[in-house]
Amino acid sequence: MSTPPPVARPTRPVYLDLTSIRQPLPAIVSVLHRASGALLFLAGIPLSLWGLKASLGSADAYASFATLVSHPLAKLVALALVWAYLHHLLAGVRHLLLDLHVGIDLAAARRSSAIVFVLAIVLTLGIAIRLW
Amino acid sequence: MVNLAAKHVVGAHYGLRDWLVQRVTAVVMLLWTLVVLGALMWNGGFDHASWKALWASDLFRLLSFLFVASMLWHAWVGVRNITMDYLKPVALRVAVQSAVVAVLVLYLGWTIQILWGSAA
Repeated sequence: MSTPPPVARPTRPVYLDLTSIRQPLPAIVSVLHRASGALLFLAGIPLSLWGLKASLGSADAYASFATLVSHPLAKLVALALVWAYLHHLLAGVRHLLLDLHVGIDLAAARRSSAIVFVLAIVLTLGIAIRLW
Repeated sequence: MVNLAAKHVVGAHYGLRDWLVQRVTAVVMLLWTLVVLGALMWNGGFDHASWKALWASDLFRLLSFLFVASMLWHAWVGVRNITMDYLKPVALRVAVQSAVVAVLVLYLGWTIQILWGSAA
């Protein structure tokens, strides 16, 4: 098998100013999938493990943990992580469905990205209402 | 006859495995999440006693260990992808990736300690 002849490199300018390109919703959901994953790695995992350890201690330790977590700032951090978990999970389920060739045409893919985006926020707001 | 020399593929050869690992670990985490949500609804919330009782179950501890192990492996694949995209100097990339692996292994040890250690 012979290798194909080299393709001439395009000399046109490459325009990739990410801040001025209008991103379609699936792209935004994809960026948030990565960002939420990074947030879960950096803050979600260590804080969850620490919280689990604190909550499984004595009744006194559990009570002081509950007091700490009821602080408004702690609730905001928890909500940010809840959103990250939900968005990452829902975007992941969408990914698995796309892998199975479910909803791969453009209209369906746009719709499912909107569902992921909105559902993660709605569920997070629902939990926020429960917390306050 | 297949010409093996012509078929030689370059690369690190972990692409397909990582792709599959990311999906299998995701499904494990999804199932654990549904189990916990189910337990939460069944219980109607947790107080200290019922929360401790849940984590005292050997089955739930093992399932949670499977969840955390899946999560840490999943995190490794994802964080490595991020470092490969944004960290171009090799020394920096290797240093960050090494630190990430060390932290993830520490988390696994911490998880074992929490699940089967003094909290038992």
